[in-house]
Amino acid sequence: MTEPVGGRLSDARLVAPDKPDLLLTTEHNLCPGCGEPLAIRILLEAIAELGQVTNTVGVAGIGCYTAFSASLDVDLVQALHGRAPSVATGVKRMLPDRLVFTLQGDGDMVNEGLQEVLHTAARGERVTCILLNNGVFGETGGHMTAATVLGQRTKNTLEGRNSEYHGFPIRVADLIAQLDGAVYVARGSVHAAGAVARTKKMILRAFESQLAGAGFSLVEILTMCPTGWFIPTVEGPEYLDGTLGQVHTMGELKGRAER
Amino acid sequence: MTELMEGSEAMASAAISAGCRFFAGYPMTPFTELLEHFAKRLPPAGGVCVNAESELEAVGMAWGALATGARAATGSTGQGLSLMQESFSEITLAELPLVIFNMARGQGDYFQSTRGGGHGDYRHVVLAPIDLAEAVELVQLAFHLADVWRNPVLIHGDYLLAHLAESVSVEPIDFGPPPAKGWAVDGELGGTGLSRLVSPLGLGKHRTGGSDGGGSDGPGIEAHLQAVAAKLERITMAEARCETRYCDDASVVIAAFGVPAKFVRYVVEQLRAEGQSVGFVRPITLWPFPTEAVAAACAGARTVAVFEINAGQMIDDVRLAVLGQAPVVGIGGISTDHSGFGVGALLDVELIRSRIEAVLSAAEVPA
Amino acid sequence: MTSPLTRGTVTIAVEACKGCELCIDACPPRVLTMSTAVNGLGYRYPELHAGCTGCAACVLVCPDFCLGAWRYEQPVTEP
Repeated sequence: MTEPVGGRLSDARLVAPDKPDLLLTTEHNLCPGCGEPLAIRILLEAIAELGQVTNTVGVAGIGCYTAFSASLDVDLVQALHGRAPSVATGVKRMLPDRLVFTLQGDGDMVNEGLQEVLHTAARGERVTCILLNNGVFGETGGHMTAATVLGQRTKNTLEGRNSEYHGFPIRVADLIAQLDGAVYVARGSVHAAGAVARTKKMILRAFESQLAGAGFSLVEILTMCPTGWFIPTVEGPEYLDGTLGQVHTMGELKGRAER
Repeated sequence: MTELMEGSEAMASAAISAGCRFFAGYPMTPFTELLEHFAKRLPPAGGVCVNAESELEAVGMAWGALATGARAATGSTGQGLSLMQESFSEITLAELPLVIFNMARGQGDYFQSTRGGGHGDYRHVVLAPIDLAEAVELVQLAFHLADVWRNPVLIHGDYLLAHLAESVSVEPIDFGPPPAKGWAVDGELGGTGLSRLVSPLGLGKHRTGGSDGGGSDGPGIEAHLQAVAAKLERITMAEARCETRYCDDASVVIAAFGVPAKFVRYVVEQLRAEGQSVGFVRPITLWPFPTEAVAAACAGARTVAVFEINAGQMIDDVRLAVLGQAPVVGIGGISTDHSGFGVGALLDVELIRSRIEAVLSAAEVPA
Repeated sequence: MTSPLTRGTVTIAVEACKGCELCIDACPPRVLTMSTAVNGLGYRYPELHAGCTGCAACVLVCPDFCLGAWRYEQPVTEP
């Protein structure tokens, strides 16, 4: 750890700790410049801010973020690829007073598990699905998902996604917003500090709607994947905003709340 | 108190007596009525029944309910269970006590139930009731064994079991208090550093600190898979169940399972009363297969005949048990009605009798 | 030449850094630059200069949880 610049820590107050309290370890083997840990931070901070630390059960899907199943200090059920929404349904039906969330990637939710999240939302299950969308299957090495945008180069679309051959991306938050059972649907990102802060508010609103018993909520979070995007880490934020962010547009799609 | 009940209703009622408080399912013949009865009876019992939008989602929901420590079940017929196989494999690795109902079409799901249609080294305890009275006991036993071993248990039924009405009593059987489930998630250990992880992967939470981040408190994937395999071995030693009749002095032993076994047993009793040298062996657990009991039952036989409504599945396990001591012949076959769901012509005591008699003459057994 | 007013500081876990440089561009007063030296993993890491405001933008964008942000009770200038 470095020495402070300009003064002593004893003359300062902590504004933002390096890691959230609910993170058991900062060690993870995710790539340099990965956006997923930034989303994990605000997720854990939101749980703590709402006073839900001993009232939360998470359900994790399978992707790079599965690394965090071992280090989130909340009770957690590890589900299979795509299957977290149904597992979360079972958890919430048995423990209706808990805050129940899923943590899934775009490959997990929009490919393998599209049916599950749509049905869970339509049923209005009082759970919050968190989607980490980087437009690729990160864990297998960076392959096309149903969320990959046209023109995006991936390991199995090296010439860029082509609508003729590969079809069109699915904007899953937009799909879900159309379902009556979904009460809060928002899409944020972590490509800049301001975006991170705004996305945290989306998570807070989603959790609040769940705790109020209003229905299903989804927070989609665009994250950087410089490895999957074949770009240097510093270009991640600009690529996110300029490419994924132009198709999966950011904002609150349903259920604006005051906060 | 005995009541005249359709099989599906009696089994749902038995499950609820055993403490089942969650069920999710998708309609499929001949399982559908089981879902209907759970949907009707669970809410008044303080439980939840979800009409899942697919079989895959049904098993996922049961998984979530199990993770909270509840007694939970799902079911279908063979085709629907085919869709659930990945989850079955992984639920076994996560050591969750799922009870699965297969109301099969015929008996062609023997392999699926006992070998598992999913990936990896996993087995489910498989209980095959002969009639509704036994089913009501075995359903309750299923929930007990599932909790004791932290392993799925499958009830292998069929069209007849689900739809015949019999007089049964669904009084709860007392197996003693269920084991404590400290591993179940409820949120309460959040933030303590001791929060729980229910996972098939054996990796555990990252609790230890240290300059290199320390390690996880789980055994690791390899050790975990080995531990589950060792547990399955212990189940094999402890839970095999079998019914035998007249095998001590039988020249021909007939093996059968499930509801068709009731037809076979009836014929064996009839032939026995006429002085014929036949015996009967009925595995009650299809897994663990009662290998020793079947071997002992067939030890003095000249021929072993297997009657099953399929192209020959349990016969493999019978052959392994008999291990060449006597020839093993199949006297069943594929047989179904025009719908493919129900009862075919082969389930007929006259027909079964003639097939057994053919085996007796071929074995040149003196009358 | 006037020295920048330093209102805050960050602590940097140099050995945990993977050299992604996201903090460099995220810093509004641009007081983080990458080192020339490398850490034990072989990555260059951020170094803090005078003028930090303790805004914590860098904390929010660091994927490896290397940074903690502090604000001084009294702003300081470098000697």
